[in-house]
Amino acid sequence: MNGLPAAPDQGRGATPARSLLLRGGRVLDPSHRVDTVGDVLLVDGLVEHAGQPLGDVRRDGRELEVIDCTGQIVSPGFVDVHCHLREPGREHVETIATGARAAAAGGFTAVCAMPNTDPVTDNQAAVGFIIRQALRAGAARVFPIGAVSLDQRGEALAEFGEMVGAGAVAVSDDGKPVASAQLMRTALEYARSFGIPVADHCEEPTLALGGAMNEGLVSARLGLKGIPSEAEEIMAIRDILLARRTGGHVHLCHMSTKGSVELIRWGKDRGINVTAEVCPHHISLTEDAVEGYNTNAKMNPPLRTEADVEALQQAVNDGTIDIIATDHAPHHYDEKEREFADAPNGIVGLETALAVVVTHLVATGIIDYAKLVDRMSCAPARTFHLPGGTLRKGSVADITVFDPAREWTVDPSSFLSKGRNSPYRGMRLQGRATCTIVGGRVVFRLTE
Amino acid sequence: MSAVPNPIGKDLLGLEELTADQIRLILDTAEPFKEISERQIKKVPTLRGMTIVNLFFEASTRTRVSFEFAEKRLSADTVNVAASGSSVSKGETLVDTARNLESMKIDMVVIRHGASGAASFLARRIESNVINAGDGTHEHPTQGLLDLLTLRDRFGTLEGRRVCICGDVLHSRVARSNLWGLRKLGAQVAVCGPRSLMPNAIDDMGVQVFTRIEEAIEWAEALNILRLQLERMQAGYIPSLREYNRVFGVTRERIERAPRDIVIMHPGPMNRGVEIDSDVADGEHSVILDQVTNGVAIRMAVLYLLAGGRPELAESAKSGTGR
Repeated sequence: MNGLPAAPDQGRGATPARSLLLRGGRVLDPSHRVDTVGDVLLVDGLVEHAGQPLGDVRRDGRELEVIDCTGQIVSPGFVDVHCHLREPGREHVETIATGARAAAAGGFTAVCAMPNTDPVTDNQAAVGFIIRQALRAGAARVFPIGAVSLDQRGEALAEFGEMVGAGAVAVSDDGKPVASAQLMRTALEYARSFGIPVADHCEEPTLALGGAMNEGLVSARLGLKGIPSEAEEIMAIRDILLARRTGGHVHLCHMSTKGSVELIRWGKDRGINVTAEVCPHHISLTEDAVEGYNTNAKMNPPLRTEADVEALQQAVNDGTIDIIATDHAPHHYDEKEREFADAPNGIVGLETALAVVVTHLVATGIIDYAKLVDRMSCAPARTFHLPGGTLRKGSVADITVFDPAREWTVDPSSFLSKGRNSPYRGMRLQGRATCTIVGGRVVFRLTE
Repeated sequence: MSAVPNPIGKDLLGLEELTADQIRLILDTAEPFKEISERQIKKVPTLRGMTIVNLFFEASTRTRVSFEFAEKRLSADTVNVAASGSSVSKGETLVDTARNLESMKIDMVVIRHGASGAASFLARRIESNVINAGDGTHEHPTQGLLDLLTLRDRFGTLEGRRVCICGDVLHSRVARSNLWGLRKLGAQVAVCGPRSLMPNAIDDMGVQVFTRIEEAIEWAEALNILRLQLERMQAGYIPSLREYNRVFGVTRERIERAPRDIVIMHPGPMNRGVEIDSDVADGEHSVILDQVTNGVAIRMAVLYLLAGGRPELAESAKSGTGR
């Protein structure tokens, strides 16, 4: 071996087509209002049945595997529209294979990989590389997101058409905002031609310059340069207005402020084509987590205030925020082991997202499990036009089985991701994926 | 050494985390140490055999020299490490630098660093006592303590006294340490300067806010006038030094209109003619050089307490029987 990945023979097709019966779970599929204790039958990689108990299932001599799902929720597979898998360029931090396995362990059957790799995923060959690596990994599906601009420099548009042809499902310069309003306008218009969303990292760069955390009392006390909420909100409303002008679909990444929620609501009330996501950390933690200069609480956008958290939680409930996405951002441990202002932004999230949402939104009574499944599966699949997100007969057999009551303590050293940078270390959370199925094939089972 | 419990904790990282009693204890402990620096032979054997590293990642003359005098007058062995010319300039991380120093079996580290939180970062990773000699725009606790001591010398008590911190509060670690220390000791605290040089959250920090220096002078019994970093103008926080002096500068003319004598303090180094006029700095109500003198005593007290010295023995430490 010369350090290159093995030939693409594992992945799809390695396991012969067979049938899988998920028996006795709570079958929950808000995409067509199914919520019943029953069975799910998967045949040849597609959903054959999802709902009432099936009784005796015979498959005429073909192999039938049965998984007992009693006490579990069986839902369409979770879809993460925002993660960073670091390959190509920083394979010591994460690879597409480790990221896709971490995703499966967190109950995600599909993830969208942001293009801020090295080199940037800004052309059809780079998109194809990600798809090929994902097939080799044979875990969660990985859908590439292409860059808006060449090398994410914010100057010239990347070739959306060719990237879409190679399998890109959206475009984004995530990690950076599209600073130029004119470029954003053109991107929305051009992306509209291909029916894909432009996902924007909303951050007015001059206001956010040098900022390390939310601007407020905590930043003033700690002597850290703050990032005001307005840095996000100014770009959010700019993007919403440009979506109105162009008719393009703008998707606002990782919304973190109460003001942003109000602006999105304003846009949606007017029929503007805007969708938005929130990360588990922004609906569960506040800027107080930074106390003691905790670099695992450093991310961009930063953790905000209690009022922001509450507004975002309500926005998940009322649908103003469409999607829960992780912004999974692994870093090597010693990159975070440094002075706060110099530490990189981001935390891992794939393996804690479900539990954080159950613990902070469902167990607290803010949303029910049907909404959890909608925001983590149906809505992201629908918004990004991906397969999955439903258990309708004939749809792709991407399924998440999770135990909503299971309590566990977060131990980053047990993550399948290479990243260990989690602010939830040592926390007791509720809810865990027990079985993840992609294309009718089990890609993850909780063994403990 | 560091296993011995002491009344102010393992490290001195900031005044925000100290209680009023702990602050008073440090000030009280400093009193007997003032006298040592007045002697002809300015040395007691209190910290003999202890090794202290002064780890300065930012240029500093006053604070570094003050610490070094304090250490030497207590008979500690000291090493000065400056960021330039050390392995730090070769890209070594802070944590590696610290671990290497500690592997040489040291007792204390005095750290000055440009990043907020650098001192607490270090304190959590090494066994030695850590003294924050200024971390970014966070705190400069020994400066805060010496300012408190200077005001207490003047007023007897800080309870109810009105102190205004003037200038670049946004970027000032001295301002933060003063703010917490003064409030804990019962003083009334105000800040004065342009809003662009104040934290956005200043109104929630328990201080009165003046944007007119004349009003601050009318209100205050003491002014602590911060150095205006010249790079703030280049970064666009204020339009010009000339206007700053005309609008916010502490001038003789303004001081003379005050309804009472005002104690004038400045942590240095001064920009004469910018935030403070020379005849105010050199005037009869200036205690700027008393601050410098008190700095050595405060640092001796902090070193002594962190080393496990019992406060009631500070007096006898002078003759070398303490510890």
